[in-house]
Amino acid sequence: MASCSTIPTIREAQASRYIATNMNSIILLSALGLGNLFLGFRRSNRLLLPVMMLILGLVLTVNFLDWNQGPQSFFSGMLIVDNFSVAFTGIVLLTALVLVPFSQKYVLDEEANLAEYYSLLLFSMVGAIMLASYNHLLMLFLGIEILSVAMYVLAGSDKRNLRSNEAALKYFLMGAFFTGILLFGMALVYGATGTFELSSISFAVQNPVNESLRPMLYIGMLLMLLGIGFKVGAAPFHFWTPDVYEGTPTFFTAFMSTVVKTAGFAAFLKLLVQVFPAATAQGVWLPTLTAMCVLTLLVGNVGAVAQTSVKRMLAYSSISHAGYLLVALVAFNGALEGASANGILFYSLAYSLATVSAFGVLKLVADARHREDYAGFNGLAKTNPLLAFSLTVSMLSLAGIPLTGGFFGKFFVFMAAVENGYIGLVIFALLMSMVSIYYYLRPIIAMYMRAADVDTAEAVPVTTFQSGALLVLALLTVLLGVLPGLIAGVL
Amino acid sequence: MLTVLLLLWPVTAALLLHFFKGKSARVAALGAALLEFALALYAAGFSGVNLARGGDISPNFEFNYSWIASAGINFHVGMDGLSLLLVLLTTLLVPIILLSAFRRNFENESVFYALVLFMQTGLIGVFTAQDAFLFYFMWEVALIPIYFLAGVWGGIERARVTFKFFLYTIIGSLFMLAGFVYLYFQTGPTVDGLSAHNASLSAFYSLNLPAATQMWVFWLIFAAFAVKMPIFPFHTWQPDTYTESPAPASMLLAGIMLKMGIYGCMRWLLPVVPLGVDYWQNLILILAVIGIIYGAIIAIRQQDVKRLIAYSSLSHVGLMIAGVFSLTQLGMQGASIQMLAHGINVVGLFFIADAIERRTGTRNIAELGGLTRQAPVLTVCFLILLLGTVALPLTNGFVGEFLLLAGVYEYNAWLGAVAGITIILSAVYLLRMFQRVMLGPDSAHSATFTDLTGAELVVLVPLIVLVFWIGLFPNTFLHLSEGSVMSILGQVVKR
Repeated sequence: MASCSTIPTIREAQASRYIATNMNSIILLSALGLGNLFLGFRRSNRLLLPVMMLILGLVLTVNFLDWNQGPQSFFSGMLIVDNFSVAFTGIVLLTALVLVPFSQKYVLDEEANLAEYYSLLLFSMVGAIMLASYNHLLMLFLGIEILSVAMYVLAGSDKRNLRSNEAALKYFLMGAFFTGILLFGMALVYGATGTFELSSISFAVQNPVNESLRPMLYIGMLLMLLGIGFKVGAAPFHFWTPDVYEGTPTFFTAFMSTVVKTAGFAAFLKLLVQVFPAATAQGVWLPTLTAMCVLTLLVGNVGAVAQTSVKRMLAYSSISHAGYLLVALVAFNGALEGASANGILFYSLAYSLATVSAFGVLKLVADARHREDYAGFNGLAKTNPLLAFSLTVSMLSLAGIPLTGGFFGKFFVFMAAVENGYIGLVIFALLMSMVSIYYYLRPIIAMYMRAADVDTAEAVPVTTFQSGALLVLALLTVLLGVLPGLIAGVL
Repeated sequence: MLTVLLLLWPVTAALLLHFFKGKSARVAALGAALLEFALALYAAGFSGVNLARGGDISPNFEFNYSWIASAGINFHVGMDGLSLLLVLLTTLLVPIILLSAFRRNFENESVFYALVLFMQTGLIGVFTAQDAFLFYFMWEVALIPIYFLAGVWGGIERARVTFKFFLYTIIGSLFMLAGFVYLYFQTGPTVDGLSAHNASLSAFYSLNLPAATQMWVFWLIFAAFAVKMPIFPFHTWQPDTYTESPAPASMLLAGIMLKMGIYGCMRWLLPVVPLGVDYWQNLILILAVIGIIYGAIIAIRQQDVKRLIAYSSLSHVGLMIAGVFSLTQLGMQGASIQMLAHGINVVGLFFIADAIERRTGTRNIAELGGLTRQAPVLTVCFLILLLGTVALPLTNGFVGEFLLLAGVYEYNAWLGAVAGITIILSAVYLLRMFQRVMLGPDSAHSATFTDLTGAELVVLVPLIVLVFWIGLFPNTFLHLSEGSVMSILGQVVKR
């Protein structure tokens, strides 16, 4: 009996080594991204969209084979695949999967280099996956760069548009600057601890060999926080966000504000939980992070109120959501399985779904009506009930109103913060989310309560494919809002 | 399980309504609402028999499902007598409200009716939730459809008015959520030990917080109820919203939604923070009485029929709040039956106001007059509902207001006396309106005015029957809520 039961266990272990490796997602994404480029040579744009969705669906499935397989390490421990990384990789891939249908306009556009766009998206997702599974500062740096370089190019992909060029340049210059800061921080941390490997750094932080190196370590740590803070668009390093988001073609803005942000927060969380958890280090980064959090919430929400363009409002809104996620980071309680990590996971998923849907509708409306202000949405409920409905769901979700995933995202994040005693911070975040109701209701009021004027009287053309994507997004958002137990506490 | 059915059926019907086009949607919606009413009647009959046999008053038809296991939050619903009374009110009024909407041809009818049904799920959820977070969840679920009902199909000022309404109520309920979160962290672990805390009603009832804490937690929770009821000075959203909403939405707001606040006080405030209530009781009673007088005086000055009903509602709600916060059996029982009576009367009055507006195109009292000669039936119906609201003996309003006043009097004779003015004042403004609109010199509309149609009578007759039924045999309903009220009071007095 005993021998019988052991054999399958060994087999399973072997099988999991071959099949269940998150490396597969990285390898698959890179290889298929390259394959995509070849399709581009054949100018078969029509084929590209289904192929892209197939790739993403395939990688998503492969990714989840790693669920509950325990931590596995690769490249001599530089990457570690565990439930945490699988979950965040899942969000990133799912987001991309539901986003891709909104690129359909490019399919018909001869000028657009669709294959290149898609490949760059796939490559940047490789970076995102690395950010969710790094165990070595080198991998963190590589992940951020792979993610960012692709985004610099995509920000400027609308070559004829000056705004797009401006966005790319601005993003690149600022990004390069902050990458430098991040790298400098890593170098200082290395100098102080003598290692790039996360757990070794953590050990060195708690048991310093040389006390006199402590200031160097802390400065390095703070510089790294600034570097990642820039990538997730936290104040006071947010100045690029509204301009870059506005100039970048909407499709890529959506990618930027979901995938990049989710991956950035996964990296942030790992860094704080696994590298700098020691009480002494916390004394240094916690005030910094709290200040960033308060400032981000304030800038994002107050900034969004003043906007007249929906796209800029969404840009500021994405800043404000970085603020809510920072609340969870401030309040994290020591493990990648804790309430904070679960809160961030749920929040990122709900936020990504709602944001993709918001930018998707914005793109369709802006493409048809050539305007991005609130009045452009007037009377949309009459002309395109489905677009109006999905934008409403996503706005309510972003505002954190119950029945949507956004509510439970905020709920879990705030609960985690209250549990760890950050009541003042939560009250401030609550006040800010009251402010946010103002600007999230504005598109709803425009769509449902204002009559269409001359240039918004016609229906916005939507393909079945896009309608399907919007419907799926709305249903997923409501599903998260009704049965949050599906995702809550999975880590 | 029956409670779950009561919750799921309206929302399912709302989704199915999407497949009905045009006028078939209204029939389907009405059918769904009537089925729901039948279910509620069955529940009431079952509980009634149970009560007659001397059964206990703990919630019937319980359903408990682990909703968010990691946080110890359960989808826990059940109905005791008080819940059942309000579920009965909701399921009774919704078909009547749907029926009343048949007179108007709303754009996108199926969506309109679907939203009404959807709201019903939220309302029943509020009245049956046994878990604090589920209660909050349902509280907001009820808000979203009414926001769209009022905002999409409302009057000219709808965007501004509904925005204010939405903001007020959501900010109020966020305070409540904050209060619940605080209380949640004071509770013990769940039975299965998966979570360190839980948010069940019983856990909240057995909290023994120090008086100093209860004093401020009281305001966190009360904020949501204060806005929803509304109590003076949190009422500024109310008259505008009632006026600008289409008639069915006004009926939902005044007839059912406002009772969420009163029910909330009785279920989730008094027994949870009894020491806080003890501390603030005086202030709340004074605010309530101010509301009674203030609402009545403003109502006297109104020219718009709907606005007048809105202020009258404010005044009558004040008395219910005073009754609840008197913490006497009389006052609480009065509030229970008055919730039912007020719901019936205010829906009837809004329906009459809408009937007049549909015929004449105006709600301005100054432009109306002498309608009675062309419409004797309408006059009689109007008068009966009016007298019910004025609390004439033999009508439903009398039972409730008498008990309420007795309760307030028991607490403090002076307050009781001042609150008693409400009956005189409401007679003043309502009869003044009746006289100007129905009697008085002929107006431009009196010649062309037509009487109630058969379909309109179908709406009004059940309401009028109930006006007398509750007025003559109040014990049918008082028995239902008695056990719950006693146990709530037991909770309050225990500490």
